[in-house]
Amino acid sequence: MTASTGEAVIETTGMSSELSPFRRFISDYCESKVAIAGAIGVLVVAFIAIFAPWLSPTNPYDLATVDIMDSRLAPGMQMMSGVTAHVGTDGMGRDMLSAMFYGLRISLGVGAMSGFVALLVGVCVGLTAAYFGGRVDMLIMRIVDLQLSFPAILIALVLLATLGKGVDKIIIALIVVQWAYFARTVRGTALVERRKEYIEAAACLALSHRRIVFRHLLPNCLPPLIVVGTVQIASAISLEATLSFLGIGLPVTEPSLGLLISNGFEYMLSGKYWISIYPGIALLFTIVSINLVGDRLRDVLNPRLER
Amino acid sequence: MSVFIIRRLLQSVVVIWVMSLLVFGGVYLIGDPIDMLINPEADQEDIDAAIRALGLDKPITEQYWFFLINAVKGDLGSSFIFNEPALQLILARMPATMELAFAALFLSIVLGIPLGMWAGLHPNSLSGRSIMTGSILGFSLPSFWVGIMFIMFFAVVLGVLPSGGRGETTEFLGLQVSFLSWKGLSYILLPAINLALFKLSLVIRLSRAGTQEVIHQDYIKFARAKGISEKRVILVHVLKNIMIPVVTILGLEFGSVIAFAVVTETVFAWPGMGKLIIESIDQLDRPVIVAYLMIIVFMFIVINLVVDILYSVLDPRVRLQDVKA
Repeated sequence: MTASTGEAVIETTGMSSELSPFRRFISDYCESKVAIAGAIGVLVVAFIAIFAPWLSPTNPYDLATVDIMDSRLAPGMQMMSGVTAHVGTDGMGRDMLSAMFYGLRISLGVGAMSGFVALLVGVCVGLTAAYFGGRVDMLIMRIVDLQLSFPAILIALVLLATLGKGVDKIIIALIVVQWAYFARTVRGTALVERRKEYIEAAACLALSHRRIVFRHLLPNCLPPLIVVGTVQIASAISLEATLSFLGIGLPVTEPSLGLLISNGFEYMLSGKYWISIYPGIALLFTIVSINLVGDRLRDVLNPRLER
Repeated sequence: MSVFIIRRLLQSVVVIWVMSLLVFGGVYLIGDPIDMLINPEADQEDIDAAIRALGLDKPITEQYWFFLINAVKGDLGSSFIFNEPALQLILARMPATMELAFAALFLSIVLGIPLGMWAGLHPNSLSGRSIMTGSILGFSLPSFWVGIMFIMFFAVVLGVLPSGGRGETTEFLGLQVSFLSWKGLSYILLPAINLALFKLSLVIRLSRAGTQEVIHQDYIKFARAKGISEKRVILVHVLKNIMIPVVTILGLEFGSVIAFAVVTETVFAWPGMGKLIIESIDQLDRPVIVAYLMIIVFMFIVINLVVDILYSVLDPRVRLQDVKA
């Protein structure tokens, strides 16, 4: 994915360089130390999320190994099974570190999945609006504007209040909330690109609409989409955590980081801080890392910034 | 002009109607409130009586029709749990939410404008850059997590502020308010700051951008050339000019403050509308869910409508475009 990103950028900006496009992109990106830290953070988080079952000391959802006697152990204490709970255990006796690894997997999975589908939907709708223009464009943008005039949390609240809890339901809610941002972004870029000569040339060659839109227009609209996509994944993770915290997001059987924080909240006032704090730190680390990467991508992919 | 307003009004009515259909239809499909509300030991006769009393035995189209007719009359059904009209239940909790929202707006203006102006006047200083970094954090940190940290730090570790609830209230113009007593203030302080953080970051960014733009304008140079003191230049000439966009945007954002109050109220157990809706979703109290969603969507549509009309008054191009389309 990153490789094609680099190529797309170079094509649009038309920069000539001895380095290969991908190398050029990487070296531009690495000029900022904070951005490198962000990228490493994202890689660490993604690694943990993908390999959670192998990295976790215990399986927090295997009821046979979870012992209620272990509940609310402070960080560093030993559980009945002999495993040390480095960041403590929760109210049901689950090892928090394992619960966090699995929670991260769900949070990241939901965020990435909804972001990806929203991107697909938004791109199709936005390109249609920009390419055909006229009434189609007006109708689509009316809907987009109308939706963007409501805050994301309110739309998610309406949807989840009507749909109920569940992984599939929250993914649907997040897609509905996010697609409009992608549609607006891609339409804006595509409107500019559409007037350029290469699209005119493609039209003169009597290429099909589909070919022009997907092979010529879309690749040139990618840079801003990648930036918006990165930022949207971070905000989707944050929104999912918020909704799960409110108890209207994910069901208890699939606890994301937000639900872990929510579970720990009731114990916090009695001084058992670790149940809530550590998942919170993990959530924060994830969101901040993704945002740092997004911020840097915005700078690197912006052809108007002189470097 | 009147054509434009009538069109916008009609559009708003259509949006409200579509919302009512969506919300009512969706909420009907969630689950079975009968299981939740009726004593499991009740016999079939009691269950039937309760279903009839709640109007759940009628077909869904008929239930929706009654809902629509009653909604126009201002009756949005009665709560299954509290056995009170849903509208009253929500309106009774509205002042608490409104107080919190206004407190948050007040804080974001009072803190945000000076901080943003400072960052705009000293963009390369350490303090200026710290303010901007802080505003990025305010945008990206999930507000429920910040709220939990506030409770952790101020209520659990330091023990100086209460962890939640509303505490005592004083009567003011017939409403119960918190901000008139020290005790009440200590309860509203944390939730208000928590709710304000997002808007505060927004105000900081707007005022910084505004300051940097205004400071290079000719009238500022002229004021300085006239020998007006720097304090007066900044406090009068710069401040007045950056206020316009800030106030416009905050007015537009008021609805979203109310929507976000759901999160803050849940974290701090603040007895407002937001906490009520979360509890109602938990208990499948359908009339309250429907009423809340309708009220908040209605508020949004009114805010958007007023803004649209004001814009069209200020900028004739907007309404011309619309009539042509």
